[in-house]
Amino acid sequence: MSLFNIFNVAGSALNAQSIRLNVVSSNLANADSVATDPGSAYRARHPVFQAAMQTAWGAEPDASAGVRVLGVWQSPEAPAKRHAPGHPLADGEGYVWGSNVNVVEEMANMISASRSFQTNVEVMNTSRDLLLKTIAMGR
Amino acid sequence: MGFFNGAFGIHENSLLLRGQRAGVLAANIANADTPNYKARDLDFAAVLAGETGSAGLGLARTRTAHIAPAADVVDGALRYRNPFQPSLDGNTVEAQVEQAAFADNAVRFQASLMFINRRISTLQLAITGQ
Repeated sequence: MSLFNIFNVAGSALNAQSIRLNVVSSNLANADSVATDPGSAYRARHPVFQAAMQTAWGAEPDASAGVRVLGVWQSPEAPAKRHAPGHPLADGEGYVWGSNVNVVEEMANMISASRSFQTNVEVMNTSRDLLLKTIAMGR
Repeated sequence: MGFFNGAFGIHENSLLLRGQRAGVLAANIANADTPNYKARDLDFAAVLAGETGSAGLGLARTRTAHIAPAADVVDGALRYRNPFQPSLDGNTVEAQVEQAAFADNAVRFQASLMFINRRISTLQLAITGQ
């Protein structure tokens, strides 16, 4: 019964979106972190999603695809260089290296993740209603 | 017992189809943010043609020795959706379109369920006579 499989598919999406929200919160929390050298400055992280064709769940392989997080990718953009000679973490020339997090981009990402999460919860609720009504068939 | 075999008409298969379509649409919604994922849907006309015996899109068996294809309601009816606006990351899921299709599918599922329920009440009325 593929209605049961929806719980697996939507559940995997909930998991992926919550990982995305976690990564966004980590980026926002470290938006103002500084470091002494560019190598150790905080870099924005982004999860990469991939469709997971489910053969192991016993469903037909091409009709249902969940989501899995393939990995967390670090932004290659250069960290922000700031002249702050009085800063305790400043290097020999008086520079500190901030993170390369784009706060506006992260906020948009957060809203998108939150909407996707809500949509998948709705899908699960609807499927549950349909299943409960099917169980009560003929009463 | 021939009467009871066909008692629910097409709604028996309709429930199966609606259940499988809900699975396909849920997969689309789950992958709304996955790069390169292509949204899919069931071709209802193809399924109906396959179920009602007219030429479907399934494999034709021209000799009796041919192995029968797997008996699946959605066999060969899965199609890729044409997006209104393709996105840059290769994903063709439009979340609102999928949500609307999912809601439509859920209503039709419940309609079939209601037809079956009413049929059961009718049969019970006929059996008990009250």
